[in-house]
Amino acid sequence: MDIVNSLALSSPEILLTISGLILLMVCAFVGDKAARIVTILAVAALFGATAITADFLTNPAFELGGDAWAGIYRMDAFGSFSKILIYLAAIGCLIVTPKFFDATGEYRPEYPVLMLFGAVGMGLMVSAVDLMTLYMGLELTSLASYVLASFTRSDDRSAEAGLKYFVLGALASGILLYGMSLVYGFTGSTNYIGIRVALQDGLSTGALFGIVFVLAGMAFKIAAVPFHMWTPDVYEGAPTPVTAFFATAPKVAAIVIMMRIALDPFGGQSDAWQQIVIFAALASIVVGALGAISQDNIKRLLAYSSINNVGFILIGLAAATEAGAAAMLVYLTIYVAMSLGSFVVVMMMRDADGKQVEEISKLGGLSRSQPWLALCMAMMMLSLAGIPPLFGFWGKLVVFQAAVQADMVLLAALGIAASVIGAFYYLKIVKIMYFDEPAGVVAPSHDTARWAVLAVTALIVSPLGYLLIVPLGALASRAAAALFFII
Amino acid sequence: MIQTLAFYLFAVLVVASGALTILARNPVHSVLWLIVAFFNAAGLMVLLGAEFVAMLLVIVYVGAVAVLFLFVVMMLDIDFAEMRAGFIKNFPLGIAIALVLLAELVLGIGAYRAGGLVLGVADGANAPLVGESNITSLGALLYGKYIFLFEAAGIILLVAMIGAIVLTHRQRPEGARGHQDIGKQNRRRPEDATDLVKPEIGRGVDL
Repeated sequence: MDIVNSLALSSPEILLTISGLILLMVCAFVGDKAARIVTILAVAALFGATAITADFLTNPAFELGGDAWAGIYRMDAFGSFSKILIYLAAIGCLIVTPKFFDATGEYRPEYPVLMLFGAVGMGLMVSAVDLMTLYMGLELTSLASYVLASFTRSDDRSAEAGLKYFVLGALASGILLYGMSLVYGFTGSTNYIGIRVALQDGLSTGALFGIVFVLAGMAFKIAAVPFHMWTPDVYEGAPTPVTAFFATAPKVAAIVIMMRIALDPFGGQSDAWQQIVIFAALASIVVGALGAISQDNIKRLLAYSSINNVGFILIGLAAATEAGAAAMLVYLTIYVAMSLGSFVVVMMMRDADGKQVEEISKLGGLSRSQPWLALCMAMMMLSLAGIPPLFGFWGKLVVFQAAVQADMVLLAALGIAASVIGAFYYLKIVKIMYFDEPAGVVAPSHDTARWAVLAVTALIVSPLGYLLIVPLGALASRAAAALFFII
Repeated sequence: MIQTLAFYLFAVLVVASGALTILARNPVHSVLWLIVAFFNAAGLMVLLGAEFVAMLLVIVYVGAVAVLFLFVVMMLDIDFAEMRAGFIKNFPLGIAIALVLLAELVLGIGAYRAGGLVLGVADGANAPLVGESNITSLGALLYGKYIFLFEAAGIILLVAMIGAIVLTHRQRPEGARGHQDIGKQNRRRPEDATDLVKPEIGRGVDL
């Protein structure tokens, strides 16, 4: 094993880990006063990791990627693309955080440090080509997430969210681990290539059970139906910046590992898992859409919206083709922008006393009191609904296109039909903001960081986002090709 | 011969102390019997040539886990009468579950004997080093091939520690009850703290 080469290939994780450890020392010796500076340094570290990963993604020398640490870690375009998306989402969530906690004064420097270690875990997950690396990354991310969910100690809902997330997350990890042990027992290898080779001669019942358990565990992590029950409660209870984080970075990481594990080690046996993924996709779209209708809390509504979106993303996986994988990555990128933007708007919903406003009815007449905020929210909602001039439409289009190309016309048709149900509640929010009597609750916000993140996400989501189609499409195809290269 | 003798000695002791663990009336005695069971299981592992597992059993299970159990058992206020009442109430259910588990075991062994189960063949990537003890082999894997994962496990434990402290540690505000200023404590000299006075006979001191 060439250790220098391995260190170079995993440099984003190493950089983030070392920064996390140094910042932890700052936390310990300077105390709570350091919260702001630690946040800034953590953002800087994440930008550094993004820059390194971007070099891996675009540098022709890494066209074929490279195996590190004796074949348990793989740096390729697929992992790099996902990692950049994850780091950018984490940066977006981190920038808007300090202001959120100003009202309660509960911000502490450990928050950005946990976020950094979470990012390390997600990097490990998306680069894993061995079940052990995958599990390590997953646990690292999950542990950081549990703590972040219950970070507001003065709020009982936050503690409840953390505990629920912990118990159900542990259950999901158990299911996943059980599946992994079955796969290992029946194939004799934890390495993706080894599993793929062992499964070539046919699938034994035991290995099939293993695949099903692994996929069920992953469905828990990405909150796909029927393993979605925890999502609304956790999203509602966790502090809003943490919810924004859950809806973006860890979700990207979990979907990406699901893609890699389904298409790489289990890729030769796609018949075994395709029907499961098709069911999860359709059920997520329908349950996500129907569940959201009766919600009056905006965070719960966005939780159901994320379940709904996971369903659309899984349609790309059900296709089990290179085009499907590329479409998923495009959808994920747009989804991160939409999701982050909507949660930033939720964070800006505060009354004159600085208290968080979460009821949807309180948004009434927002277009008159705060036209820009209302415009941004309306764009996010219409884009999530997939209405054409906005960029969200493009994501749905490529995913459905991939499904049709893979001869899954029925799946695509059902997905499109169900997305109409989803459009209802997105339009309801727009209607409340633009046509209802002003509730006059939400006070104007002047925080530059939030407006900056909101402006960037709104620009991506706006019709201007279509300028990104060519570069985004090219990078996503390159990433998908790297995923299918070994196959 | 001596190996067979040792095996039966350890095996009988493991089973006997295991039975005594659940039969002992005093929970502290139960934990002590559990420790005996761990030691004898470690002996069995040595007979199998797995001396690393044997050492782990002694260091981790006896040294840490059992001591932790002892603390918990001693600190918990257990009402034995109530516990026994619960035991008798749930006895039929326990028997039923035990029977189901037994049936599963029999079926599982039967299926395995019938040869329907084809397990994977290990790919040999983690095979032990030839001519080395299993401690050396495990060390070579942990600190060589899997050093990256080993370090990642360390970071996971660190995050768990940060989490526990973040969620439970409360900085007491200055002046509040229980607030501790270590610098102030260290700066305190004997001269500041004690006064040597010589009171006259028959009179008290002014404090």
